[in-house]
Amino acid sequence: MVAYIVRRMLLAVLTVWAISVLSFIIIHLPPGDYVTSYIASMSASGSAVSEGEAKALREQLGLDKPITVQYVKWMGLILQGNFGMAMEWGRPVTDVIGDRLTLTMVISVAAIIFTWGLALPIGIYSAVYRYSFMDYVFTFVGFIGLAIPGFLLALIVMYVGFAYFGANVGGLFSPDFAEAPWSLARAWDLTKHLPIPAIVLGVAGTAQLIRIMRSNLLDELRKPYVMTARARGLPEYRVILKYPVRVALNPFVSTIGYLLPYIVSGSIIVSLVLSLPTVGPLLLKALIAQDMFLAGTIVLLLGVMTVIGTFISDLLLMWIDPRIRLGRE
Amino acid sequence: MANDSTSVDAVVDAAPNREAAPDGGVQAEQRIAVATQWQLMWWRFRKHKLAVGGTIVLALFYLLSLFADFFAYADPQESDAQRSLMAPQPIHWTDDGRFAPYVYALKGMRDPITFKRVYAFDTSKKIPVVFFGRGEPYDFLGFIPMDRHLLAVEGAKAGESLFLLGTDTQGRDLWSRLMFATRTSMTIGLVSVALSLVLGVVLGGVSGYFGGAIDSVIQRIIEILRSIPTIPLWMGLAAAVPNDWSVLQVYFAITIIISLIGWTELARVVRGRFISLKQEDFVMAAELVGCSKPRIIFRHMVPSFISHIIAATTLAIPAIIISETSLSFLGLGLRPPAISWGVLLQDAQNIQALVLSPWLLFPSIAVIVAVLAFNFMGDGIRDAADPYL
Repeated sequence: MVAYIVRRMLLAVLTVWAISVLSFIIIHLPPGDYVTSYIASMSASGSAVSEGEAKALREQLGLDKPITVQYVKWMGLILQGNFGMAMEWGRPVTDVIGDRLTLTMVISVAAIIFTWGLALPIGIYSAVYRYSFMDYVFTFVGFIGLAIPGFLLALIVMYVGFAYFGANVGGLFSPDFAEAPWSLARAWDLTKHLPIPAIVLGVAGTAQLIRIMRSNLLDELRKPYVMTARARGLPEYRVILKYPVRVALNPFVSTIGYLLPYIVSGSIIVSLVLSLPTVGPLLLKALIAQDMFLAGTIVLLLGVMTVIGTFISDLLLMWIDPRIRLGRE
Repeated sequence: MANDSTSVDAVVDAAPNREAAPDGGVQAEQRIAVATQWQLMWWRFRKHKLAVGGTIVLALFYLLSLFADFFAYADPQESDAQRSLMAPQPIHWTDDGRFAPYVYALKGMRDPITFKRVYAFDTSKKIPVVFFGRGEPYDFLGFIPMDRHLLAVEGAKAGESLFLLGTDTQGRDLWSRLMFATRTSMTIGLVSVALSLVLGVVLGGVSGYFGGAIDSVIQRIIEILRSIPTIPLWMGLAAAVPNDWSVLQVYFAITIIISLIGWTELARVVRGRFISLKQEDFVMAAELVGCSKPRIIFRHMVPSFISHIIAATTLAIPAIIISETSLSFLGLGLRPPAISWGVLLQDAQNIQALVLSPWLLFPSIAVIVAVLAFNFMGDGIRDAADPYL
């Protein structure tokens, strides 16, 4: 058990490191740096930046050093909890991201809860009543759900909300609460706005999970122990829920490791369409402005959050599955 | 994942006597006994109605992309502010009871109160629509000069009088643009999956065949790649594509970016196959008679799981199409002079515009249908390749 946890933790640390390198590389890929785009935007608005000013700016931001030095400096600062300045905003990155990152995670978790809450009963139903009318309906809806990209679903939801209900279904807060400090009323307002983004984000994952759950449970239901249980007169719901569902649940939990990155990644693009105050719109802006500290931090933090989530799901898996807990995989 | 719980009887089922007979009877059994692996697969595939349907739809899509210039009737780039955001225009199929398709001429004017452009049909002016008529000249298949199109109008330019799916904000004909977008988006899926396939087969094969340290390293890389949210990563990489690159350069850059992250699933499938085949007797036999490693891999092992690779590849394409569409939709993928489904859908970003002109969402139907068709076909191939997986 300890070996399992240590192995998982090592992998998590390795992943975080890889993410940090990747995000740093990404930020440095575009030709030019922040100063170049700063000069471009300044000259577009009519004021010129002199050669000397540009050089001073680069030195001040450390952009003139070799890339490895910049990376080490960046990492060093991050380990101290200093994520640098969001240049375009003129404020510390943590200030700009803080709330938005929390909201990203809130939405992702809400989407996962939705996914599980829906996929579990439907998956069980589809397996138990295989080839029934509703099974076909769920399979069909699932296929459609898989085929619609998140942003498209968001667009359609927005369109329907706007055209038929005359309501703007985007956003996470009512106008009264958008800028308000956190309070119980604001949290409640958030809860009321959560279902739509959660559903939009969760649909594709739900479709996948239903299929996994269905096929796993079908495998289990064929096994002799199920027949034994039935022969001994257990009520049908116990026959199904007590053992086969528990076993089938196992791969279900392990998929969260893939589900979480998938949903977080989807939330970026869905947020843009539904204009949710998550890191999505911020990341797009930062990338276009080549604001390296901001964009890098967003990619890094999203990755780290995902790794932590995956790690938690690993622990959960251990708790559910004695085979892993006892060191036999 | 489902393998974790493979039951004993499923394993017994998977034993050599694979009787997926089209129908019973001694004759059929004899036919199965002599059928090749591919014939068996084809028989099983044929029974999967949805998969066959999906295949037909895909064939149509690729036909459309191959002959996009023929199916389009207007220049997809020709814009005209005078015709912006026109609604789809119905074709009237019969005139006085006989088959003579025509459309009414359109008049554009300014609404005197709102100053918005509005369009009205001029019912006194009928413009005949002809099949296989002459229109914009183009190169058929890229080298045969031609000017016949599926649809053309008599006595006028098709691009100025026929708007099957309406026009976009810049007055470009959506139908014609959709044809060219189909070409781009459907081929980007193919090119990208080909790259993913190379990466996946090589890395997955090495990982599965050699095992040991190489295997662990490659597996860790895959795990790491899979635990990173892909869209931010793609966005970051795509934002790095220089603005002054040509359409073709951007196309290939985006293709490479998408496949760089998308190969992991293919590698997983290939590795799994390699590991399970390594213990088979025929591989051992080939090793014992002294076959070289490449010969064992390509002559003995690959043919026995190529169908799985085909299935996994087919199932990987829809994800790629969705990625391209999403990236282009964000403005980080293909950029305007290029036309793809994502680029077309960029016009639909503004909700107010969308409510006024819902036909801008038409390209999304193409995306959904294509992805569905790929999923159906891939499922069919997978089931046909190995009904017990």
